[in-house]
Amino acid sequence: MDLFIINVIDGLIYGLLLFMLSSGLTLIFSMMGVLNLSHAAFYMLGAYLAYQISIITGFWVGLIVAPLLVTILGAAVERYGLRRVHQYGHVPELIFTFGLFFVIEELVQYIWGRSMVNYNSPESLDFIAFNLAGGSIPAYKVFMLLVSVGIFVALYYVLARTRVGMIIQAALSYPKTVEALGHNVPLVFMGVFGVGTGLAGLAGVIAGPSLTTFPGMAFLLGSIVFVCVVVGGLGSLSGAFIASLLIGWLQTFAASYNVGAGDILIALGYEYPKDIYYHPWRDLWTLTLPQIGPILPYILLVLVLVFRPNGLFGKRES
Amino acid sequence: MNNIIQKSGLSAFVPWIVSAIVLSILPFIFTGGGSITIMNQIGITIVLAMSYNMLLGQGGMLSFGHAVYMGIGGFVAVHIMNIVENESLWLPLPLLPLVGGLVGLGFATIIGSFSTRKAGTVFAMISLGIGELIAACCIIITVFFGGEEGISGDRTMAPPTFGIEFITQKEVYFLIAFWVLISVFCMYLFTQTPVGKMANAVRDNPERAEFVGYSMRWVRFVSFCAAGFFAGIAGALFAINYEILTEQNLNLNMSFQVLLATYIGGVGFFLGPIFGAILFTLLQTVIGLQTDLWALYTGIVFILMVMFLPAGLTGLFAMHLIPLQLGRLGMLVRPYAKIFIPGLAFLIGSIALIELINHARHHGEEQFMTLFWIEFDTKSFLPWIVFTLMVVVGFYISRIIAREVTEAWGEATFVEGERR
Repeated sequence: MDLFIINVIDGLIYGLLLFMLSSGLTLIFSMMGVLNLSHAAFYMLGAYLAYQISIITGFWVGLIVAPLLVTILGAAVERYGLRRVHQYGHVPELIFTFGLFFVIEELVQYIWGRSMVNYNSPESLDFIAFNLAGGSIPAYKVFMLLVSVGIFVALYYVLARTRVGMIIQAALSYPKTVEALGHNVPLVFMGVFGVGTGLAGLAGVIAGPSLTTFPGMAFLLGSIVFVCVVVGGLGSLSGAFIASLLIGWLQTFAASYNVGAGDILIALGYEYPKDIYYHPWRDLWTLTLPQIGPILPYILLVLVLVFRPNGLFGKRES
Repeated sequence: MNNIIQKSGLSAFVPWIVSAIVLSILPFIFTGGGSITIMNQIGITIVLAMSYNMLLGQGGMLSFGHAVYMGIGGFVAVHIMNIVENESLWLPLPLLPLVGGLVGLGFATIIGSFSTRKAGTVFAMISLGIGELIAACCIIITVFFGGEEGISGDRTMAPPTFGIEFITQKEVYFLIAFWVLISVFCMYLFTQTPVGKMANAVRDNPERAEFVGYSMRWVRFVSFCAAGFFAGIAGALFAINYEILTEQNLNLNMSFQVLLATYIGGVGFFLGPIFGAILFTLLQTVIGLQTDLWALYTGIVFILMVMFLPAGLTGLFAMHLIPLQLGRLGMLVRPYAKIFIPGLAFLIGSIALIELINHARHHGEEQFMTLFWIEFDTKSFLPWIVFTLMVVVGFYISRIIAREVTEAWGEATFVEGERR
């Protein structure tokens, strides 16, 4: 039970982090109809920029400045890259963002090297927030939770309650009409792309200290984020939210409960093979839940795409 | 571009016979062991890139997991090599690619049965998911994939074919060249079949293709299976050449390299991926030896190509057919020659600056570095100033001359009274 509660909290933090990435991704998708495959690269860029800034000025300045820099960079990518490629169609756009992912990954290695960098949480948050059911929750995790929830609320407020949000929502469905009404739709696109990548950058800034900042971090999280967006339904913000939490919990629980397939097989009445190292089914016998944890999201992705190609909450035909 | 079968006589087979002769002469021109290794790699990449183009170029399906089909074919090929070594199965080595192809076909049939239902983003995402899934399975299912160190075999243990035991790289080269020729020929025939033609129609306008009475899903499925078959052949060739397969041969990175090679060559043309495969492998092997930043360079080249040259290298050649037909290619020579020098200066300057920064950043303790066969002192200001000047001045002059090139291009391709 104790482990259960700790895992619920850990999974929630991880899920909300995923949501910070998937919200931007799904917004960008519903705007431009293109899945930004380089999204996780901006997440990594956020972490590295914040690391660089934190060396000079400390964590808190990095928390503000790094996401802003990523926002500007994202907007520039949209303005000078994606807008140009848009004329060739959707497939070249996908290819462009895919290539961008690798270029950013290589650039990060070029600038900061191939090993991990020492990006730490601020000292003011280096204490245990509270003890819960025998385990302790560090203050930094609470901080991550608060930032994520804050972003979620702010995003919801902006999209649902403000004039800017109204224009964005209208531009999602009827870009031509909105343009005819005198709004600068390309600017809206650029803004959404910038803010979306900026959110990814912010996620990187707060995730960097706890999930370690290394060149593989984008790759590690990137495909999971696509899974969230696709499973939730491309273009659906609430779908992305639910899918992010679902996958956050799925991965956290799978990683911490050491259920082996061997135990299940024995319970089913099979006999444990004597010479396990030469047994043809040795992988099945030694399989454990933490081992298959990383591939569970992909199984979910394939299943959802096969049985519900529009995702759990998707409505848009792609 | 007429149907090969309809063309009378032997003339249709001339290109194939010429390529066969060229392929058999090549190892006697480039005799070095290194160059034969590179040529083997090029051959494998050609088959893989061509099979990928059946999806992307001819069928309009963007796959992020094409290396999986090559990898599966390769893994099975290594296992079969090991079985043949134990003499529980008799199979001459030259037939192994066929087995790999059938494995690729079988696997593609399973995956294609559900993934080809939609094109575009959904197809791309399924391919990404499958790719990640199989790559992750590599670590888990050690019986088949051998875990992190992969599995290895020995090609020389197969029964000799006409007395050849495939011990040297040269013997393997002829095996690969034979299969490259066969595969490319079969893929060409595929583009001439009704399914191949319909694949283009489904790519360009799915609705109309459906109205004509073809099921776009079926057409996509058939192309997908065929692409899986040829990817499997490439995998078996890989297994024969390297005698080892690991997770790295089927992960996302490998799939990206396939996409890169195909795209650089040009996806809109049948022969495009061949040029792409040759250029990409040369870049990878030759530049890869010179600098550890080759992935960065290829990435940048790739991005620039997507942005400014979406038709690829073959597209660039094809563009020049218009002035050639009009007999005005000569008008372009002068502006091209003029832009060559500042363009080259800009290119060399930027590469040098990138390398210089990399050197200062990661090998700061070494004072001297060698670049373009010139050794210089990185601690002095001179190289920094020279390279920065090359970049700035080269870029500025290129921009001015670029206008001239555009004008000349417009004149060279202008047709009076042309109707659309």
